Amino acid sequence: MLYFKRWQVIGILLVVLLGFLAVLPNFMSRDTLARWPSFLPKSQMVLGLDLQGGSYLLYQVDRNDYIQKRLKDLTADIRKTLLDNPRIGYTGLGVQGDGVQLRIRDLTQLDDARTRLGKLRNPLDASVLSAGSVYEFDLTVGDDGLVRYTYSQNGLTQRVRQIVQQSIEVINRRINGLGTTEPSIQRQGDDRILVEAPGVGDPTRLKALVGQTAQLEFHMVEGSLTSDQANASPPKPGVTRVPDRSNPQLIYEVDDSALMTGQDLADAQAGFDQTTNEPVVNFRLTTGGAQKFGDVTAKNVGRPFAIILDNQVISAPVIRSPILGGSGQISGGFTVPAANDLAILLRAGSLPAKLTIVEEQTVGASLGADSIRAGIAASIVATVFIAVFMIVCYGILGAFADLALIASNFLMIGILTTLGATLTLPGIAGIVLTMGMAVDANVLIYERMREEAHAGRSTLAALDTGFRRAFGTIIDSHLTALIAAVALFELGSGPVRGFAVTLAIGIISTLFTAYLVTRLIVAGWVRWARPKAVPL
Amino acid sequence: MKFPIRLIPDGTNLPFMDWVRIRTPISLALIVLSFALFFTIGVNQGIDFKGGTIIQAHNANGPVDIGKVRGVIDGLNFGDVQIQTTTSNGQTDALIRIALQPGGEEAQQQVVDKVKTALGSGYSLENVEVVGPTVSGELARSGTFAVLFTIAGIMLYIWFRFEWQFGIAAVATLVHDAILTVGFFAVTRIDFDLQSIAAILTIIGYSLNDTVVIFDRIREILRKYKQMPIREVINLATNQSLARTIMTSLTIELALIALFAFGGPVVRSFTAAMIWGIFVATASSIFIGGPILIYFNIRPRMVEAKAEEEAAKATDTTAAGA
Repeated sequence: MLYFKRWQVIGILLVVLLGFLAVLPNFMSRDTLARWPSFLPKSQMVLGLDLQGGSYLLYQVDRNDYIQKRLKDLTADIRKTLLDNPRIGYTGLGVQGDGVQLRIRDLTQLDDARTRLGKLRNPLDASVLSAGSVYEFDLTVGDDGLVRYTYSQNGLTQRVRQIVQQSIEVINRRINGLGTTEPSIQRQGDDRILVEAPGVGDPTRLKALVGQTAQLEFHMVEGSLTSDQANASPPKPGVTRVPDRSNPQLIYEVDDSALMTGQDLADAQAGFDQTTNEPVVNFRLTTGGAQKFGDVTAKNVGRPFAIILDNQVISAPVIRSPILGGSGQISGGFTVPAANDLAILLRAGSLPAKLTIVEEQTVGASLGADSIRAGIAASIVATVFIAVFMIVCYGILGAFADLALIASNFLMIGILTTLGATLTLPGIAGIVLTMGMAVDANVLIYERMREEAHAGRSTLAALDTGFRRAFGTIIDSHLTALIAAVALFELGSGPVRGFAVTLAIGIISTLFTAYLVTRLIVAGWVRWARPKAVPL
Repeated sequence: MKFPIRLIPDGTNLPFMDWVRIRTPISLALIVLSFALFFTIGVNQGIDFKGGTIIQAHNANGPVDIGKVRGVIDGLNFGDVQIQTTTSNGQTDALIRIALQPGGEEAQQQVVDKVKTALGSGYSLENVEVVGPTVSGELARSGTFAVLFTIAGIMLYIWFRFEWQFGIAAVATLVHDAILTVGFFAVTRIDFDLQSIAAILTIIGYSLNDTVVIFDRIREILRKYKQMPIREVINLATNQSLARTIMTSLTIELALIALFAFGGPVVRSFTAAMIWGIFVATASSIFIGGPILIYFNIRPRMVEAKAEEEAAKATDTTAAGA
């Protein structure tokens, strides 16, 4: 046990050296690193949000909101389909719970209605699992003329996944438009998106940029009324009531079908109105959008249209002349940053569904700096405590254990750095705790050596047997700790995961250093000092 | 005094098996007490499991006026609200805890906005944590699952490495430790959150580690002295591992004390639970894990089969080492 082949010695020293080299970049500035030879490791440990400050926002797709939106679209489509020639009469069209219901008046037209309405079921891409195609809506047409669409649960799962994907793309574009910080945006589970933004002081702006649906629509205005009047009477069919953004008492009645939507926009930029000098958003339409808009405005000169963002009317200008150039201006009492953000949102496109924040954590930068200081202080104090304690209890062998402990720390931090793991405060706690556990293997070995020496073995034999006999126990004790670490990882939300990862890596590096590095040191010491007795 | 010093003198032979009359009542009483506390006053569930909002508000123009903050927040009618002071970076801030609001995820988001507006521009929100109803439910479930998963994994491992009797004894020990740790949370009113589950899992891992080392020794003695009564075997094994058990616990406690004193407020509750848990785990591995085996009628032949395997392995390594 105390004899090493040359390649073994080199191997062990090499691993320790690699660990040391991997840790080094953490102590250097980026400038120094840039001049660092390319064959050496360069990665630095990523600090968690709790250490550097920042925001952690967990969004979830609002399924209900999405379903309601789609049902509203469907209602408009049904109306359009049935009004086509030959016209099919119906009553009671409307959204009911998670479906749309209507009744066909003339039962002789039922077959025609069935074919026409069937086309609105909206087939989704057939998934790998189900052979038949999946529809977004399930349709039942009763012989009594009662028609009911319901949102298909099968279709929903698939849609939600697409929504998450699209949302991530949109959010990425929005944040790139912001151009300052580099947040990470990840899918989490089936219907969630995790946005982590380091360093943002107040997340209000970030939240507004990420979470706003930013659905822009232009609608013709049919009329306007006060909210009291609106409460007193139900809206006419075919119009929707939308409140004004700055004055919630003012309710506009707008035509259900949109003149154009955010998808028709080619570009949007913040600017100033040339006459009033008020901050505005200038937009340019796509070729198709420009044509559509030109036609509509030509037909409706003198009438107002509403610019609606997320179900609020920003402004309702009157069309003075046909807008043929395909560009226009949105004004609505914006501040400069608000106009900027709106331009970013419009450029990046709207979110396919509403996103709700289900979990949020924001840590101020000074608090993070505090935590780093505390973590470093705790690590140093713990190391000193343990090192002194080991020397007091095990003398020179304790000092060897301390060397192994230092090697283990380098290895652990080196592995964490190389893996690109994120260091969190619980992670630091994991490192400190592992230090306490790291010497356990040494304790097991040394206690064994004592026993063997007391049992009358020669010095060399006692040292040797100590390592050999303790091995099984060390493996047992480390593996059980590893089981706990795996469970912790499974438990897994951010910071606890950080703890689990450092714990697991610590257990592995400890196993290596306590068993191999200590043994190597002891072997060297035996050869050099030729001890007459086990110094315990 | 001789150097290096021995914390546990050589040849220590304490009659652990004779202490059953003291040990069992104490341990049972603590378990009953923990259960009683858990079901009466319960643990102080943290934001992770209960949902809600925690805000650390910092006054830019000097020390925080806790009375004013309380008045402002009370005016917002959030129901269950706790306000206390917290010191970080040499500054005293207000720590505001607000219970989960009815009305789903959006209602929680409005809490932060309302507090911010109500406190006015002099205050900045240093640290904001919001957990909505969906996530808190999930965290509670996955926390429970993680504990059960660990216990099952550990049982399998011990069964594989030892005999099922050892597995049950080990699990009894760590369940004991877990229950006493929950009791600790009930008594101290420390927030019981995801970090607490992490603490319990780490304690379980450590408790097992301690117990396994003693089991290893029991097995070894059983092999060596086939005629020795099991009672003496357990006692001898516990005594022989005592130095290691105490030493390792002490080093870990030293690390934890450093963490508790210097690691800052974020990890303090976690560390406090760990300090208690490691203490309990050490005591239970000495007083419960080994001694409980006496009820399982362990016989030397039980370890025989696995012993031969290992002996064969040991000879191989010796041969290779020579």
